[in-house]
Amino acid sequence: METGSTREYAGKKILEMGESNSELCVIGADLNKSTFTNMFAEKYPERFFDVGIAEQNMVNIAAGLAASGKIPIVSTFAVFGSTRPMDQLRVGVSQSNLNVKVILTHAGLITGEDGISAQSLEDISLFLSLNSFSILVPSDAHEAQAAVELAVNTEGPFYVRLSRPALPIFNDKNISLKHGGSKTVYETGSDVSILTYGYMVYPAIEAAKELKEVHGINARVVNMYSLRPLDEDTILKCSQDSKFILTVEEHFKYGGLHSLVSQYLSQHNPSKVLSISMTDYAESGTTEELVNKYGLNSANIVKTTLGNI
Amino acid sequence: MNIDAIKDLAKNMRIDILNMTSNANSGHPGGSLSSTDIVSVLYGSIMNYDSSNPKWEDRDRFILSKAHACPVLYAALAETGFFEKSELMTFRKLNSRLQGHAHIKTPGVEMSGGSLGQGLSFGVGVSLAAKIDKKNYKTYVLLGDGELNEGQIWEAIMSAKKYELDKLVAIVDRNGIQNDRFTHQVMDMSPIIDKWSAFGWETYSVDGHNTEDIENVFKSLNYENSNPKVIIADTVKGKGVSFMENNPDFHGKTADPTQLIEAINEINSK
Repeated sequence: METGSTREYAGKKILEMGESNSELCVIGADLNKSTFTNMFAEKYPERFFDVGIAEQNMVNIAAGLAASGKIPIVSTFAVFGSTRPMDQLRVGVSQSNLNVKVILTHAGLITGEDGISAQSLEDISLFLSLNSFSILVPSDAHEAQAAVELAVNTEGPFYVRLSRPALPIFNDKNISLKHGGSKTVYETGSDVSILTYGYMVYPAIEAAKELKEVHGINARVVNMYSLRPLDEDTILKCSQDSKFILTVEEHFKYGGLHSLVSQYLSQHNPSKVLSISMTDYAESGTTEELVNKYGLNSANIVKTTLGNI
Repeated sequence: MNIDAIKDLAKNMRIDILNMTSNANSGHPGGSLSSTDIVSVLYGSIMNYDSSNPKWEDRDRFILSKAHACPVLYAALAETGFFEKSELMTFRKLNSRLQGHAHIKTPGVEMSGGSLGQGLSFGVGVSLAAKIDKKNYKTYVLLGDGELNEGQIWEAIMSAKKYELDKLVAIVDRNGIQNDRFTHQVMDMSPIIDKWSAFGWETYSVDGHNTEDIENVFKSLNYENSNPKVIIADTVKGKGVSFMENNPDFHGKTADPTQLIEAINEINSK
């Protein structure tokens, strides 16, 4: 199966969009090789700014560029681009509703051996707290390109969450995303609805196949690539025709998809919403070791479904 | 405007500041009055802008990083026609465009502030946009001296030098008082000029209450030089009102009705 990292494909898309969109700028913070924005930097040096290891400055520079008609992309790792400049994102971007695109890589648990300081498990919660931000989390390299395109072409602040490792590419090359949309990526029925996003979409599809083939359970897997705006209609539908909803995410339980779905359904159709997610800080390890130890894999999705069906 | 007109503008702005903060019964008169003469010269003489078209793309930008001093900016904007002077009495009230800290939605306000340390970075972004678009507008950023405590200011200082933002002008309103106490007691930033100079900026000093000198220093800025510029303006917190001058109590406290009359009388008598 073809693999590729969301960060690399996003970097290529940013480069590609730089040609047709002369307002596009990129601001980096000394991680431009890792975020693949070095490609944009080489081709458009007059629109690329490396501010060094200074994320707070980076975010307000982006705000100044956006206020002057540019479309700035803030590019660094998720741990550095979320927690560190939170005040700048809040006052400088969100409260001002400026057209800044925060595209962060190395998010989630699967940053591997670097350990907990490098594992961004709270970024979605933080960006959800920034009221003006739209949030996109692509599930593979092709979707990452579609996410960059949607973010750049849609007015307003966006957070796009990307991963480090090469992952299976299973979406169509020409996939397009809708602001506030979702996509049912597997469906043999609706015994259980598995709502997920990002890295966990592919293992969720694998789990759904196993549930059908081995256990005769009909599952639906919905890729909730847009966490804000949230596709509430689909959530409501899933709650109405499934025995329960299982949210699966490579993020802390609190302030992620489980919170969003539970919050919505508590008001519109109180129902059972289970969660597979992170509940504590992890540790160093390879991607495979980490996802297996912390249950972010298809086996745990199958097990959790069987235990509750 | 000629010098006398600028001085009149400053006088009117001071009265506006006192009226609007006392009317709101909150706000920051001290740091607004310390920067009044600087802002009056910018809006009265130095900056290119069109108050009927606040978003004119070639305008010079004034960025109030010390956004708690927004009364000085609102006063300048009202006195120069961005909106009606009567609107100043809505300052800090419900449904007003004149928020307690400057917000970008107000006509003529370039940046939302309220958390110190962000404005110079914003000014760097605005200046970089000018470079990309090959525009000649100037970007003026007004900083508080207490605000220089923020590490982000120094990140911005480094990046402005790196990108040779020659049309970026920072002004430090050095009134010597921050929220709790005198700046030298809280965090002594001296020698301020040496610090900016060491980071590669062109440095200038001025008496921040001498209108002629302020105008001259802005006119003397050397734009042939590729470095960003900083003007260290020595000021007095609460300038123009004797009982407020150099008094830390009036950082975030307003004149009561009796004091307001006394203060306005004093300003009118000068």
